[in-house]
Amino acid sequence: MDVFLQTLVSGVLIGGIYALIGIGMTLIMGVMHIINLAHGQLMMVAMYITFVLYQYLGLDPYVSLFIAMPALFLLGAVIQKLFLNPLLKVDSILPENQVLMTVGIGMVLTEIVRIIFGSDYKSVTTSYSGSVMYLGDIAFNTPMVVAFGIALALTAGLFYFLLRTDLGKSVRATAQNKEAARLMGVNAERITVLTFGIGAGLVAAAGTLLLPIFYLFPDIGGHFTLKAFVITILGGLGSTVGAIFGGVVLGIAESFGATYLSMDLKDVVGMVIFLLVLIFLPGGLKRLTKI
Amino acid sequence: MKNRSWAQLIAPLILLAFPLFVDSDYYRHVVIMALMWVVIGSSWNLLAGFTGQVSFGHAIFFGIGAYSAGLLKMHLGLSPWWGMLLGGPMAMAIGFVIGWICFRLRGPYFALATIAVGEIFHLLFKYFNNFTGGMEGILIIQTFRSKLPYYFLALGLAGACVLTIILVMRSKWGYYFISIREDQDAAESMGISAFRYKSLSLMISSFFTGLAGAFYMNYMAFIDPEVVYSLHYISIMAILVGIIGGVGTIWGPAVGAFIMVLVQETFRSSIFGLAPDWVSEAHALVFGVLVMFVILFMANGVVGDWKKITHLFTGKKQAPSTNGSAA
Repeated sequence: MDVFLQTLVSGVLIGGIYALIGIGMTLIMGVMHIINLAHGQLMMVAMYITFVLYQYLGLDPYVSLFIAMPALFLLGAVIQKLFLNPLLKVDSILPENQVLMTVGIGMVLTEIVRIIFGSDYKSVTTSYSGSVMYLGDIAFNTPMVVAFGIALALTAGLFYFLLRTDLGKSVRATAQNKEAARLMGVNAERITVLTFGIGAGLVAAAGTLLLPIFYLFPDIGGHFTLKAFVITILGGLGSTVGAIFGGVVLGIAESFGATYLSMDLKDVVGMVIFLLVLIFLPGGLKRLTKI
Repeated sequence: MKNRSWAQLIAPLILLAFPLFVDSDYYRHVVIMALMWVVIGSSWNLLAGFTGQVSFGHAIFFGIGAYSAGLLKMHLGLSPWWGMLLGGPMAMAIGFVIGWICFRLRGPYFALATIAVGEIFHLLFKYFNNFTGGMEGILIIQTFRSKLPYYFLALGLAGACVLTIILVMRSKWGYYFISIREDQDAAESMGISAFRYKSLSLMISSFFTGLAGAFYMNYMAFIDPEVVYSLHYISIMAILVGIIGGVGTIWGPAVGAFIMVLVQETFRSSIFGLAPDWVSEAHALVFGVLVMFVILFMANGVVGDWKKITHLFTGKKQAPSTNGSAA
């Protein structure tokens, strides 16, 4: 029973961070209708920013949040403005042009980082990296708990922004119907730039929060891009609430896969669930909850 | 148009005569790799460019082909050349099953499903190391020391692949494929079974990709799951080769494959040793930048937008584009 509970707890905790990755992706998917295959790579860039700040300035990763998030917001906005929006005007045979562009962007980001930092593994070991709290017999890894808390706070902030502010309402309007939003005076192009920026900022937060407990190398981006779209599909495309569920479900599934099957099959579990949802529940978990 | 048909005649002749003039193993190797990518890129293009089903999972078929050759050797002690016979049909069978599962999804969802299936194959082949050799991979001994037999085999494969695609695209099937790409619902209402023709397209595509995989096993003599099931180095490369050359054109992926291999080799060798060492690390970066450039400015690739490129130099006004399909 203890093992079961412990597995559940670590699954939920990592799920909180996954949710943060998924929300950024689902926001981009909802507004621009593209799958951002550079999402994990953006996270990787944020992780390297945090790593550099820690290594050379001794800045705590949690402080770096305030630098990494705005930096990635800018990077995301620039990508959308310079590379993705111009594609709307280009006429081509495959409609997936923007998706393929994100593949190219992801590749370029990975390779630039590889040239600067090399391919070897890096990590940030803070004083609290290994610290653990106990509740009964269940262990809570402290950085994971902090990360979970910050992830919750950021998600709440995002919901406040989307539901209560004018700008947030414009974002939702663009997601629902771009043409109609434009007729109502929303500058849809600027909204897409803003949305990509927010998505990148959120995934930057996830990367920074993961860094004290995770290691880092240039190819880690692709790994997390896969996770990001698994989460997004699980939750139902474009649904922010769904992405939270999707993140937690994936976290728990991986955690149980690792405990009860094998550490190596942990990722297979995620992929198989993903495929099953894609085929049997195409709307994702959103379909079940009707939110 | 006239220039291009000349190019179509001359290019195969140059390739046939190439080993007569070039003695260096290195240059022969470069062209062999380019020819292998012609096969993979063209097969991807049949499914994605002509039938409109963008696959992010061609590494599956490549890997199946490579492993059918490698496993024959490893478990039965048979020559891996038997894999050239087995690899294609095996990949085709797997392709049919994957199509059966994934073709109920459309557009980007199909693309995502193929990534997932690809990763499942990658992880399973890594995990069942009793059967597949796991991360240690499979090592065999090359049959020939000379590059010549491999060269002509690769050339034959590339030729067969491109020729098959030309014939398919001229037949009724080709028109069915394009009609599905343009509008699946309209095609179905005309009585074209979208599922059947998407499956056929996928099966031809996976057959040749499997052959390329079996060839890779025989030629490189070493495979492991990280190489042959790689999302980035096989699946996505296949896509990029198609994009650079021109999606939905017969010769596009062939041109794209040569551009890709040439760019990579030029930079890997630090521009033939002229540039400082760090340039050699930039080969993937340069290719990525090239892809972004092509998508931004030549959405239909080098072959698809050839007119646009020539007009850029002759300074003539661009003719109204005849959005060519099977050209």
